[in-house]
Amino acid sequence: MSKIRLGLLHSTIRGDEKLILQAARDRGVEVELVDIRTQIFNPETYRANFKVALERSVSTVKGNYAIRFLEAQGVKVVNSSAVASLCEDKFLTSLALQAQGVATPKFALVFTYEQAVAATEQLGGFPVILKPALGSWGRLLSKINDLDALETIIEHKEVLGGPQQKAFYFQQFVDKPGRDIRAFVIDGQVIAAIYRHSPHWITNTARGGQASNCPITPELAEICRQASQAVGGGILAMDVFEVGGGRRGQGTRNGRGGKTTQPAGFSINEINHTMEFKNSEAPTGVSISGAIVDYCIRLAKENEK
Amino acid sequence: MQTECPTCDGAVVLPAGTEVSEIISCSECQTRLVVEEVGDAPRVEVAPAIEEDWGE
Repeated sequence: MSKIRLGLLHSTIRGDEKLILQAARDRGVEVELVDIRTQIFNPETYRANFKVALERSVSTVKGNYAIRFLEAQGVKVVNSSAVASLCEDKFLTSLALQAQGVATPKFALVFTYEQAVAATEQLGGFPVILKPALGSWGRLLSKINDLDALETIIEHKEVLGGPQQKAFYFQQFVDKPGRDIRAFVIDGQVIAAIYRHSPHWITNTARGGQASNCPITPELAEICRQASQAVGGGILAMDVFEVGGGRRGQGTRNGRGGKTTQPAGFSINEINHTMEFKNSEAPTGVSISGAIVDYCIRLAKENEK
Repeated sequence: MQTECPTCDGAVVLPAGTEVSEIISCSECQTRLVVEEVGDAPRVEVAPAIEEDWGE
């Protein structure tokens, strides 16, 4: 069989991409680095030299266009445009999880201050979380503790924000035990997980959260499998809340009156489709980069059949 | 491989295996740099500023 060739779509190359490159080279995979910032995505002139590509752009917008273009050229891209378009948008992710009965915090989307007040009451009152539906690295997350703060933040967004900032995605505040879980999920299987410890309510490692290994229990594996299925699978990083002790999210019901089949204790907060993992390999002892490349190799072999 | 930091003119050493487009930091002034060329004539520039849609 000929050597496997993998397109690696990137912009700036971070430590994560370096690990992927090394893992690919260790496995004898031929990698074509495609800096999407230097490409001309013209279907009349562009010719891809690979049948499978891994999307690793640090820019979500540019990455999504690159995925769409290459899919139109017949390239299988990981993650697919369908998965990326769901996971890039927190509201769409929440809808997909709820539709499949996967436990997730209560949420609502509104466009005005008056509706924001009403939605806050529906979500259990203050504190409530306001997030940009399209956002990253924990930026512009707001924990709103009272009506005065809600009014101020909505007014700032209405006056200063772009169109995307004027869609107000609210989420029930979940009182975490000083940590949450980041689970790395490939093809529905949790390959590694970390606790992200922080005294702050935002636990992103990009915001200073400290990582330690998290055991993969059957319950964690099962909710992540279902969440992966809900958004279309692929290579995903899931932010998971522990919600034991009577703190349960919307996932206790599927919103249509039926009880979910979720194990008690976990709730899926967000799902990321271009995972950052470089600081998670050491605490977990798992080669996440190797697992990513192994998955791409599997896809490439299936593609050749 | 060695070149100069565009901000402080300090020496920037690029270890073997450095990739074009890789983000590094100047050891002297800590400026975030992006590698533009490797090989015989390595070159770095100041890295692009973080944009709103960056990251996971």
